[in-house]
Amino acid sequence: MSLVTLTIDGRQVQVPPGTTILAAARQAGVKIPTLCYLEELNVIGACRLCLVQVEGARALVASCVTQAGEGMVVHTSSPEVLKARRLNLELLMSNHPQECLTCLRNTSCELQQLAAELGVGEIRFQGEMSPYEVDDSSPSIIRDPRKCILCRRCVAVCEKVQGVSAIAVQERGFDTVVAPAFLAPLGEVNCVNCGQCSLVCPTAAIHERDETDKVWAALADPEKHVVVQTAPAVRVSIGEMFGLEPGSIVTGKLVAALRRLGFDKVFDTDFTADLTIMEEGSELIHRLQNGGRLPLITSCSPGWIKFIEHFYPNLLPNLSTCKSPQQMFGALAKTYYAQKEGIDPARIFVVSIMPCTAKKYEAGRPEMNSSGYRDVDVVLTTRELGRMLKQAGIDFESLPGEDYDAPLGISTGAGVIFGATGGVMEAALRTAYELVTGATLFSLDFEEVRGLEGVKEASVNLAGMELKVAVAHGLGNARKVLDAVVNREREYHFIEIMCCPGGCIGGGGQPFPVDNEIRARRIAAIYQADRQMPLRKSHENPAVQALYREFLGEPLGHKSHELLHTHYTPRERF
Amino acid sequence: MSFGCKCGGELNSKLDALLEQYRGQPSALIQVLHQAQGIYGYLPKKVLQRVAEALNVPLSQVYGVVSFYSFFTIHPKGKHQIGVCKGTACYVRGAGQLLDRIKEELGLKPGETTEDGQFSLEVVRCLGACGLGPVITVDEDVHARVQPERLSGILAAYRQ
Ligand code: SF4
Ligand code: SF4
Ligand code: SF4
Ligand code: FES
Ligand code: FES
Repeated sequence: MSLVTLTIDGRQVQVPPGTTILAAARQAGVKIPTLCYLEELNVIGACRLCLVQVEGARALVASCVTQAGEGMVVHTSSPEVLKARRLNLELLMSNHPQECLTCLRNTSCELQQLAAELGVGEIRFQGEMSPYEVDDSSPSIIRDPRKCILCRRCVAVCEKVQGVSAIAVQERGFDTVVAPAFLAPLGEVNCVNCGQCSLVCPTAAIHERDETDKVWAALADPEKHVVVQTAPAVRVSIGEMFGLEPGSIVTGKLVAALRRLGFDKVFDTDFTADLTIMEEGSELIHRLQNGGRLPLITSCSPGWIKFIEHFYPNLLPNLSTCKSPQQMFGALAKTYYAQKEGIDPARIFVVSIMPCTAKKYEAGRPEMNSSGYRDVDVVLTTRELGRMLKQAGIDFESLPGEDYDAPLGISTGAGVIFGATGGVMEAALRTAYELVTGATLFSLDFEEVRGLEGVKEASVNLAGMELKVAVAHGLGNARKVLDAVVNREREYHFIEIMCCPGGCIGGGGQPFPVDNEIRARRIAAIYQADRQMPLRKSHENPAVQALYREFLGEPLGHKSHELLHTHYTPRERF
Repeated sequence: MSFGCKCGGELNSKLDALLEQYRGQPSALIQVLHQAQGIYGYLPKKVLQRVAEALNVPLSQVYGVVSFYSFFTIHPKGKHQIGVCKGTACYVRGAGQLLDRIKEELGLKPGETTEDGQFSLEVVRCLGACGLGPVITVDEDVHARVQPERLSGILAAYRQ
C-alpha cells in the first residue's frame, strides 16, 4: 500500500491512505484539541474545535473528519486557526453554567481544560441556558442538560458499545437535548445504569450519583460499625486519580487509605468473589450433571442483569441464581460477621467501593435485603472514593501498604481476576476442574479467555467432557453471543458476560480517561496481582472454607439459598 | 380520552399491515411514521413503541426523529385548531404575548391539545394578512388584531 505524504506544521509525515489529518498530526507529535471526537465511536465533526488550515482549501477544516491527502500542507496553529477554535469554544461556553468551582468535574472536565488550553480569557457571549432540569430519577446516573455541549459521545457509547440506546438526541434547535424517548426520566427507561456514558462525557452533563455525604455521615456516627469492601478492579485503577500510571497495583495503599478515613474494618469483595465461585461452580456442575438449563450465564454484573431483563427475558432461566460478590458480602456482613463478632447487625453499615455505577442500583433492588436489613448501605464508585480521599487530605502516594482485615478480607488470586473480562470464567474453571476431576490443576492460566477481544471462546476438557465456554464484555458483544445462542448457531455450557468493555476494570465509575491502552494496562495489573497471591484457587480460600464449616453448611445449601442466591424480573424492552 | 377509537380495531389492523410491510427495515422509519400518523392522526406512544419494535430501531431514536420534524405530533388533534401566526409582522405586533396567554389560560403549548380535547395549538407562518396582525385562526376562521384580553372571548364561542 503506498503511503500518503503530507506536511504538517512544516514537517513531512507519511500515513496510510484514509488516515485523518488528526491522526496524522498525532503521529507527527502535534496535538490538535478535540471535544466531540471519540475514536471509532463518534466521528461527526460537530464541535469544530479540531479545526486546521489546509493550504488551498476555501475554509478551515475539521481535522477529525478530514482525510489526509497527498501533498497536503496543513497548519495546525496559525493565528487564524487559533482564533476560530477559540471562537467555537466561546460559543459552546455561552450557554454553559459558570459553575466550575462547585462542579463535580472541576479539574477533570475537558471543556474546562480546553478553555485553559485555548486561552479563553473572558466569556464574551451570554446565551440563554438550557430549558431542561436536572434528571435525578436514576439511582446511578444524574443527567444535567445545562452542562451538555451536545457532543453526542454518550449517545454513541450507549448505542454502539452497549447496544442499549437508552438516550438519543431529542427535539431540535434551542430545545435540543440528549434524553430518553418522550424525555422520560432515565430511572424509568431501559437504561442499565452502566455509566459508560458518564465515562465518556467531557463535562458534568452525565455523571455518577454522588453519595459521599452518606459515607461521611456514617463514619462520623459513633453508633455505627462501618465496614467497607473493595472490588477487585479498584486496586488497579484508583492510583490514577493521584497521578500514578495506569496499571499501578495499589492494594496496600488503598487499604491504608480506607483505615485513615475511619472505617472500622477494611474487607475485600475478593473474598465473596471466591465464595461466588464455590456457589456458581457448584451450580454449573449441578446443571451439567442433572440436565439443568444450559448454557449457564454469570450474574455478577448488575448492568448486564438489567440488560437481560429488558432485552432477553426468555433467557432469564439461564442466569446463575448467584448474587454478585458485592451483595453476597452485604448479606454475610450483617449475618455471619455480625454473629461472629457479636455486633448488632442494625449497627453495621456496609459501604462498597466499586468501579461501577450499576452497583448503586443493584444495592437498592428490593431482593437485596436478605439479612433482614438493606445488605449494602452505600455504594461509592472509584471516582467518589478518590474525591473523598482528596477531601480528607490523604497523601495517597506516600501511604504504607497495609493488609485487609480477617475474615472477610481473605482471598485468593481467583477472586482478584473477577476484575478483568474472562476472570470469572477462569476462576470458575480453576475450581470446577479440581472439583470434577479430583485432580490438581497445575497450569492455572486460561489464556484463551483473557484479553480485550470482544467475544472469546474456549473449550476445556473436564474429566472427558468437552466444556464449551464463551466470554463477552460490553453489552453489544453480549448481544452477539446471545443471538448466536438463541438462533442455535452456537452451543455453550457456560458463558461469562460483563457489562463494561474490558470487564470491571473498564467500569463506568472508574477514573478518567479510559481507552483500550489503559484497559489493557489495568488488565495486566489484575493478572499480576493474581500471580502474586499465595493461593490462586477459590476453593483453597481458608476463610471461605471456615465460612462453610461454621455457618453456611455446603454450597447451594439451605442457608446459601437464603442469603446468596436471588431471582430476576422480566422487564419491558423500552 | 378515547380519540378516534370508535374504529380502533380497524386502525390497528392498518398499522399491523404497515408494520408487516417494513419489518426489520430501520431505513424506512420516516416513511412508516408518516403513514402511521396518517392512520391515527397523531403518533400515540404505543404506536411509536410498536414501530420501534417492528423496524428494529431503538425507541429513543424513533422519538428523536418524531420530535425533530415538526410535522409529526404525539398529541391527538383537538376539536378546534388554533393557529397563531408567528410571521415577522405578527410577531412584532405581539404574537408572543398571545402564545403566553394561551399557555396561561389553556395550559397549551404549540403542538399540544387541551386535556378536554377541545383545542389544539399550532404556530403558523405568515398568512398574508400582515396588516391585520396579530392574526390567529380558529378552524377556518381568521381573527385579526387580536389583543390578549380578547382571546378568551373568541375561544369561548367555539366551546360548547
Ligand atoms: S462541566 Fe466543566 S466547564 Fe461546566 S461547570 Fe463543570 S467543570 Fe465547569
Ligand atoms: S448508563 Fe449505560 S445504558 Fe444508561 S444511558 Fe448511560 S450508557 Fe446508556
Ligand atoms: S451528556 Fe455529555 S457526552 Fe452526552 S452529549 Fe452532553 S456533553 Fe456530550
Ligand atoms: S473533534 Fe473534530 S469536530 Fe469535534
Ligand atoms: S406575519 Fe402574520 S399574517 Fe403576515
